Amino acid sequence: MSLLEIQNLKTYFHTRAGTTRAVDDVSFSLEKGEIVGVVGESGSGKSVTCHSILGLLPQPPAKIEGGVVTFDGDELLDMPPPLLRAIRGKRISMVFQDPMSCLNPYLTILDQVAEPILIHEEVTKEEAEQRAIEMMKKVGIRDAEKRARSYPHEFSGGMRQRAMIAMALVTNPDVLLADEPTTALDVTVQARILRLLRDLRDDLGVGVIFVSHDLGVIAEVADRVVVMYQGKVVEQGEVLSIFENPSHPYVKGLLACRPTFETKFRILPTVDDFLDTEEAEDGSITIIERPDVGKRLADLERESETNEADGSDLPDVLLEVTDLKVHFSSGGGFFGKPHEVVKAVDGVNLTARRGQTLGLVGESGCGKTTIGRAILRLVKPTGGSILYDGTKLLEVPPNESLSYRKRMQIIFQDPYASLNPRLTIEQALIEPMTVHGLGADRHERRDRVVALLEEVGLSASHLLRYPHEFSGGQRQRLCVARALALEPEFIVCDECVSAMDVSVQAQVLNLLRELQEKRDLTYLFISHDLSVVKFMSDEVAVMEAGQIVEQGSAEELYRNPKKTYTQELLDAVPRGDLESLQARFKG
Amino acid sequence: MLRFIANRFLQGIIVLIALYTITFFLIKAMPGDPFTGEKNIAEETKELMREKYGLNDSVFTQYFLYLKNVFTEGSLGISTSKAHSVNEMIGQSFPVSCVLGITALLIAIAVGVPLGVASAVRQNSWIDYSSMAWAMIGICVPAFTVGPILQIFLAMKLPLFNVAGWSSPRDVVLPAITLGLVTTAYIARLTRSGMLEILSQDYIRTAHAKGLPISRVVMKHALRGGLLPAVAYIGPAFAALISGSFIVETIFQVPGMGQHFVNATKARDPFLLQGVVLFFGLLIVIMNLAADILTGLLNPRVRLTQE
Repeated sequence: MSLLEIQNLKTYFHTRAGTTRAVDDVSFSLEKGEIVGVVGESGSGKSVTCHSILGLLPQPPAKIEGGVVTFDGDELLDMPPPLLRAIRGKRISMVFQDPMSCLNPYLTILDQVAEPILIHEEVTKEEAEQRAIEMMKKVGIRDAEKRARSYPHEFSGGMRQRAMIAMALVTNPDVLLADEPTTALDVTVQARILRLLRDLRDDLGVGVIFVSHDLGVIAEVADRVVVMYQGKVVEQGEVLSIFENPSHPYVKGLLACRPTFETKFRILPTVDDFLDTEEAEDGSITIIERPDVGKRLADLERESETNEADGSDLPDVLLEVTDLKVHFSSGGGFFGKPHEVVKAVDGVNLTARRGQTLGLVGESGCGKTTIGRAILRLVKPTGGSILYDGTKLLEVPPNESLSYRKRMQIIFQDPYASLNPRLTIEQALIEPMTVHGLGADRHERRDRVVALLEEVGLSASHLLRYPHEFSGGQRQRLCVARALALEPEFIVCDECVSAMDVSVQAQVLNLLRELQEKRDLTYLFISHDLSVVKFMSDEVAVMEAGQIVEQGSAEELYRNPKKTYTQELLDAVPRGDLESLQARFKG
Repeated sequence: MLRFIANRFLQGIIVLIALYTITFFLIKAMPGDPFTGEKNIAEETKELMREKYGLNDSVFTQYFLYLKNVFTEGSLGISTSKAHSVNEMIGQSFPVSCVLGITALLIAIAVGVPLGVASAVRQNSWIDYSSMAWAMIGICVPAFTVGPILQIFLAMKLPLFNVAGWSSPRDVVLPAITLGLVTTAYIARLTRSGMLEILSQDYIRTAHAKGLPISRVVMKHALRGGLLPAVAYIGPAFAALISGSFIVETIFQVPGMGQHFVNATKARDPFLLQGVVLFFGLLIVIMNLAADILTGLLNPRVRLTQE
């Protein structure tokens, strides 16, 4: 018998809007010392499955409608709360996605890591704290004795996630439920956490359910994989065999639509190229494989070949950033200590050519977003110069800067936060045109808005809707449309696909590509995701701690990185391709 | 921390000077002077009195002279209506108001916080609805209704307390309940909303996932953060409570400070009014500082060294 067995689990959400089958007849199992990856996009039910196992869902609106979860012979779903509490945190522990919001900001790290021992075992506080510190050392928190009494906000993101893992493992549980444990982390930190999880599995024999939206991560860490789609398990099996030979159309689509270092497509295939869904009246969904998948892929491939640039003559330079510095001061005050200066951007040189994409990669906090904002003059640079189409931007007097703002636009990471929830789409898109005096009257502007919406794959019927009525991918299309409303020639894409599922990400990337070719746009494409940057960019600049480490053509930089930092970043990216998987299992 | 307190202390002085300036000129803008209404006093006597109190000096001399006396001697002047030193008058009435206010605040915290916590933990249950209904009543019903009702039921029908007066420790109870009712209601509502916000945080789910019993989740993981909105409110509310309430003092015949605010205005007594307003301002500054320090102790992310 398996250590943890989930059979026909059904968790529905009953709301006024109707019933959502978040988890619909899910079955899989976990053995001792095994890592099972659960993969799917947001809303596929993977987190809800995890939460259902430990009874952590707020009920109502959630309700477990059926199924059996057996752990070591005991049924968990009907267990009385006191008995279930004795298992939670003791024999089955959980690690959550966002280590900042999931650690209590009012208690010290040590308090929180030692708490499960104090609750579940008869030990003294000193003993519990001693064990907590030992576990913190084991998961790689340096100077654990000294730092244990810090508060979560005094830890970096990676250290917080380690503290979460230490907290989960401190009672030597049999099962670890890890819900997107590395999603909020930088690739290098992620790589270390994944290695840590594998080591802990080997040392302690703990069984891990590893939930992620990222197939690449799953390929790095899991033994078996369970693919979920719209509340159902669509495929499960050994990770190697699924990558080698996926049978379900959704899995095939998922594998094809993530850009990797080896992607040859100019336009990415999307999940929709592979499957169609039919919704029955009772809300259940049937997935049908498209019959013409092969032809569609062949078309995409042919298109990629014809659009291959010859690369002989380079287009002229549109933007040249020289020795850009942005320093922020913190501290100070009436009696305060002298100002501390944070050098967010410290002497950066960049060049972007007309009609091309300059990719900017780096880990969080390296200053890449600040560069984008400084170029658009959303933050004031401390020094340096920005030459845009022959004009020194920083010397343009404020009353003339409006015409440059029209030519340079930005798309932000979170499309929901960057659309005013109280403006209709029509209002949101007309506003920039009014400010810049584009279009003769309201009717003409409205016609332009309709044209823009159609260009980004939406339609005139969306005009009067509000942002919350759209999906994440549609909202980002709206932000693209808003940026295009002024017919700019230069767009800063600041982590603009980072919060998206791979299938939606592929659609938005394709849209950006298409618009670039049609309108001869120049992009500054900022992202922490090296694969996406590789897919999008002609040139790439790598950034670390406010400085550019390396800049060069995308192909060349990824093939022959010259700096160790670039090499480290590249090595840390979960490849999720067949070669690296085969190497992992056979080598 | 010391730097923070020194910083806030300086700010407080600036606030108090601003407060003084505004009240000074507002009082000057009132028609007439302290002696205008005194019909039985001869005009010559009034003139002598004005001379004695310095009311014939130029406005700016008056302004700076009073300020100088406050800073050099701590003197708030002499009341024109009672002919006593304002310091003395505050010295006699403030301890009374202080005892009353502290009792009122303790009642408000002892009742308001548990009500708020219980409402949040059992959101949308009868506990929640009934305690929030009571809180609404506490905010809406004025003291001059609550006071007499308490007098009728707890002093006349059930002779547990004196109807009015300020002679035995028991006399504190009824006015304190009356005075603290609104504060109780606000604390309950603020605690409830603060707790609800904290209870929906991800780290509360983490606490449940550790297998903690609900009582421990609430007491250890939620309460500290949940109390923050109430703490921010309690600071200034406390200053208001201990500086007296004219209505409550009148209903229960308590010789507190609240009477001076009203009497001084009625008598156009510039120094008494100025004195109690400044004293009240000082209390507010101190209590806000105390609330900020308490917030800093409760919330490790707030660093008091930075302004």
